[in-house]
Amino acid sequence: MTTLLIAEHDNSTLNEATARALSAATALGGEIHILVAGKDARAVAEAAASLAGVAKVLLADSDALAHALPEPLADTIVALAAGYDAFVAPATSTGKNVMPRVAALLDVMQVSEVIEVVAPDTFRRPVYAGNAIQTVRSAAAKIVMTVRTSSFPPAPGGNGPSPIEAVEAATGSGLSAFVEEKLSTSDRPDLASARIVVSGGRALGSAEKFSEIMLPLADALGAALGASRAAVDAGYAPNDWQVGQTGKIVAPDLYIACGISGAIQHLAGMKEAKTIVAINKDEEAPIFQVADYALVGDLFALVPALTEELKKRG
Amino acid sequence: MKILVPVKRVIDYNVKVRVKADGSGVETANVKMSMNPFDEIAVEEAVRLKEAGTATEIVAVSIGPAQAQDTIRTALAMGADRGILVQADGPVEPLAVAKILKAIVEAEKPDLVFLGKQAIDDDANQTGQMLAALLGWPQGTFAAKLELADGSATVTREVDGGLQTVKLRLPAIVTTELGLNQPRYASLPSIMKAKKKPLETKNAADLGVDVTPRLEIIETREPSRRTAGVRVGSVGELVDKLKSEAGVL
Ligand SMILES: Cc1cc2nc3c(=O)[nH]c(=O)nc-3n(C[C@H](O)[C@H](O)[C@H](O)COP(=O)(O)OP(=O)(O)OC[C@H]3O[C@@H](n4cnc5c(N)ncnc54)[C@H](O)[C@@H]3O)c2cc1C
Repeated sequence: MTTLLIAEHDNSTLNEATARALSAATALGGEIHILVAGKDARAVAEAAASLAGVAKVLLADSDALAHALPEPLADTIVALAAGYDAFVAPATSTGKNVMPRVAALLDVMQVSEVIEVVAPDTFRRPVYAGNAIQTVRSAAAKIVMTVRTSSFPPAPGGNGPSPIEAVEAATGSGLSAFVEEKLSTSDRPDLASARIVVSGGRALGSAEKFSEIMLPLADALGAALGASRAAVDAGYAPNDWQVGQTGKIVAPDLYIACGISGAIQHLAGMKEAKTIVAINKDEEAPIFQVADYALVGDLFALVPALTEELKKRG
Repeated sequence: MKILVPVKRVIDYNVKVRVKADGSGVETANVKMSMNPFDEIAVEEAVRLKEAGTATEIVAVSIGPAQAQDTIRTALAMGADRGILVQADGPVEPLAVAKILKAIVEAEKPDLVFLGKQAIDDDANQTGQMLAALLGWPQGTFAAKLELADGSATVTREVDGGLQTVKLRLPAIVTTELGLNQPRYASLPSIMKAKKKPLETKNAADLGVDVTPRLEIIETREPSRRTAGVRVGSVGELVDKLKSEAGVL
């Protein structure tokens, strides 16, 4: 069995999601190659080559691949298909975008958001916003899957570098073109892999209040910021902070939900956190059914008080 | 311009889903069913384009049991012009759905297909991308904004790091994100009118598609449940507990 793992990166750094998906790929058994498809992405390929258990890195470098557009990226992967039995990608927005395209071109049903590899052909995955866990078996000659990164630890680096080989990049026939990107820049930890996440909901009431109340708490804890969809829709927080069924799935050591009711769609994104704290003025709020520690009261008083307490105690 | 909007009948998003004790699936008897929320957004986007004079016809298509007619009628009440039901009684996987939709696209020749980015039952997030691949069309997934001009669609997508904008050559596939629009509720008169709109029924075999599942579902189980913890009286007590008891600070 040989597995092709699709690297998640921005052409300069390898995203940790790749090392996590590598842990899932390793559980399939067999040899693992990583495909780095991008533009001037040599440094990414070098980082991938040092991950434990990687036999070889394939580097597809072209203008068409600069922004991970799904049409050329899927064609690049499918052109390599003959040599592989499994195709694995982290369930990032890029992985979710391209892998079903690959699966359809190979006439294979994709297994989405794998949380456990039971056997090389058998996987567990959440359905219904995580309210049920399905075990599925694929009889297909090739496996195509995306991996829920919060369910797998990152594979270690420090491997004596494996060889990097150039491969052909597809053009995508000009079906689509990149226009622009507006990416959040922040010095805070990455939401998907942070050890502590503090999230705000609709109760914050405005973008100004969201910043004024939530940012100091995040700073005091060195935490990543998250938000409910309601807070995103109201414009209090950017879309890439959304935690939930249709947003990011996080599993930090500590998750602090402030003014979030705990809709099933939100819980789907954070209920695997080790410790959950909820701050809400409604003691009946469903978030308290999953919280380890419940603080009932007005967040506009409690959150700043918590921030002060944390600073005081260091 | 013609727009095709596939719509799926799913357990309503407000229902607390129950897993059957024997591991065979989830309880669907006497459970409220609705249109997948992302598909409502897809229908809404198409209707707005028709109201703006950009789209001329909207065809809603559903693949599912006879009751999926209700889902199509909802789309018709929101403003779609006609419906196609491809009747299938068992579960139909995204790959088979994409193949059925490909056959419909080849017959209907739409300029755009709008789909929800994922269905909230299987949470697969595959069908739109698969359909794009099978047709050899470009795709704009997770769309938060859409603009049409001169034979192309400019789609702003919600991605992990923020927003990405791409330009697609038509015909194209667009899958919808929650932020794209706020779908309307159909008014009573439009619900009445929808009853008279044409709805044709086909089946997968007529379209030459084999819907036999490729993945075998071995079992469906409850996830491990969390239990409610303790109420703390002050922020001081919370910090104490996070340090000493939980050990996360
Ligand atoms: C298809 C679909 C997908 C979805 N996906 C997601 C998703 O991925 N993530 C997500 O989060 N949501 C998602 N949602 C939305 C979800 O259903 C809820 O609407 C949303 O999570 C609610 O956000 P909220 O808890 O911030 O707001 P609300 O439910 O309005 O809760 C606000 C809470 O704040 C409390 N509060 C108010 N004032 C104060 C105060 N001063 N102090 C303390 N507490 C206060 C209230 O008691 C209440 O509990 C999705 C919905 C649909 C239909």
